[in-house]
Amino acid sequence: MTSRLPVGRAVVLVMFAAYFLVPLYAAVDFTLGGSRRNMGHTLSIWTGLIHQDGFTENLMTSLKIAAVTVVLLLVLMVPTMAWLHLRLPRMRRLVEGICLLPMAIPAVVIANGILGAFKSWPEAITGSWWILVFEYVVLALPFTYRSLDAGLSAIPLATMVEAARSLGASWPVALWRVVVPNIRTAIASAGILGAALALGEFTIAHLLLLDTFPVWTDQAGQQDGEVAITAAMLILFLSWLLLMLVSHLGRGRKAKKPETSGKKQKVGTGR
Amino acid sequence: MTAVRVDAPAGADTTAPAAAFRFRPGRRSRSRPLDLLGLLPFAVYVGVFLGAPAYAVLTAAFQDDQGHVTLSNVTSALQDPYRQAFTTSIELSVISAVLGAVLGLGLAIAVSGARRDGLVHRAVTTASGVLAYFGGLPLAFVFLATLGPQGLVTKWLDSAGYNLTQHGFVLWNMVGLVLVYLYFQIPLMLLVIFPALDGLRPQWEEAARSLGASRFQYWLRVGGPLLLPPFLGAVLLLFANAFAAYATAYALSTGTVPLVPIQIGSVMSGNVLAGQQNIGNGLGLWMIVIVSVVVVAYTLLQRRTARWLR
Repeated sequence: MTSRLPVGRAVVLVMFAAYFLVPLYAAVDFTLGGSRRNMGHTLSIWTGLIHQDGFTENLMTSLKIAAVTVVLLLVLMVPTMAWLHLRLPRMRRLVEGICLLPMAIPAVVIANGILGAFKSWPEAITGSWWILVFEYVVLALPFTYRSLDAGLSAIPLATMVEAARSLGASWPVALWRVVVPNIRTAIASAGILGAALALGEFTIAHLLLLDTFPVWTDQAGQQDGEVAITAAMLILFLSWLLLMLVSHLGRGRKAKKPETSGKKQKVGTGR
Repeated sequence: MTAVRVDAPAGADTTAPAAAFRFRPGRRSRSRPLDLLGLLPFAVYVGVFLGAPAYAVLTAAFQDDQGHVTLSNVTSALQDPYRQAFTTSIELSVISAVLGAVLGLGLAIAVSGARRDGLVHRAVTTASGVLAYFGGLPLAFVFLATLGPQGLVTKWLDSAGYNLTQHGFVLWNMVGLVLVYLYFQIPLMLLVIFPALDGLRPQWEEAARSLGASRFQYWLRVGGPLLLPPFLGAVLLLFANAFAAYATAYALSTGTVPLVPIQIGSVMSGNVLAGQQNIGNGLGLWMIVIVSVVVVAYTLLQRRTARWLR
């Protein structure tokens, strides 16, 4: 293979680097007005974004959705996973299987099912961003399971909780003051990945005709390519910032964990 | 003893003897029926927000517009024009999965020759961790800025005397979509295959070599067979990934490319013949079937790999 030949390997790496970097360069160039003829580069598209109709509202909506999704995701999953590890180790396979289900059900199909399943539900839930929060928590289950499972497996959970309980802590107190601080890296990665997912999700929001930042970006694209590309780059930079944070967090742990928890994370994130 | 439910979810008071009781070995891992109540919130949540939509799709797939039982959605989902959509979707997913897996493996091998803590290895690992999540809408716009009609590379090529459009290149046909999908398929392949490559211990190669095997024989008899399950598993994962993808193809083609997810979206926006209102559910049913088979096969292959990957 090329790995024996430094020159061949360098050529391979340069070609891959070109494939991955040129599009990013092109997109950044576009957002700086590089596609306009006879004009220098400018920041005016970036600064002009804020005056675009609907930009601020929809960005705020998406940030709100992301925040609520993370809270709900962790409030639901951290106690569940701790309980599972502590009291129901035999159910782990089953719960893992359930958490991986969103991988097998494409986001388009979930969106289609929502229309049929919640017809009789109040409009305040199904016609608002709340339904997106509820579904994004579901879409986040595969990587949340992996992350929390890895975190909980790495600590002597039973001993810690028993120690806390024997000193008089109730179960919620033991969870909050003993378990949570010991798996905070795992909780942080799960939360950050959930936020990145909720910020960028397009499919379900678009098909349910709800307004979020990605949906707004798509609509902007039909009128003004520069604005849409700039908004898309904003989503991109925000989620990359979050993802870099995860890989930074992961470096503190054993090298194996973040990668194993990373590999199943993508299917079903609704692209 | 039955009174000592120290770790009931409600947080009953703990007494010292109870705690001592809990420390008895062997007791810890046995679960009691009431413990299952702890899973209730999770079960209800998943049942409502994943189970109910899935159930709605699966039942509606077997109903006509009036709610009578019928097989027509399930069968006409496999006839034209939807048959064409399945062919195109599967073709796109297979090509992008196989190409992504092969190119990703090549890159992984090229990189694994580099020093583990070196700059190249670190850069590629971090970048693939980030890029594997990069799909959806932003990816479409990034490629429009690159190879779209006004794209930067399109203009470069144009001034070099090569007009992409005249040569029939568009981002929303098969070639264009494969080119775009590889942008997330290759990084995903790296994420999946790096642990397996790192798990191949140098001692195994040394052992084979010291027994007289050539480098080729080592790869044929030891390395290859070990890497085959994770490689095939990765191809399946990449297939499922591309098959379910909606946003990228939608944004590139404004919904005109004939892929199954796009067709479902189009049905949902009311673009459907009378008497076929549930055709979207029929298509959804087949998507679930295909992706489930692929994901289950992937999980089995992954489990096989986990046996030696430590």
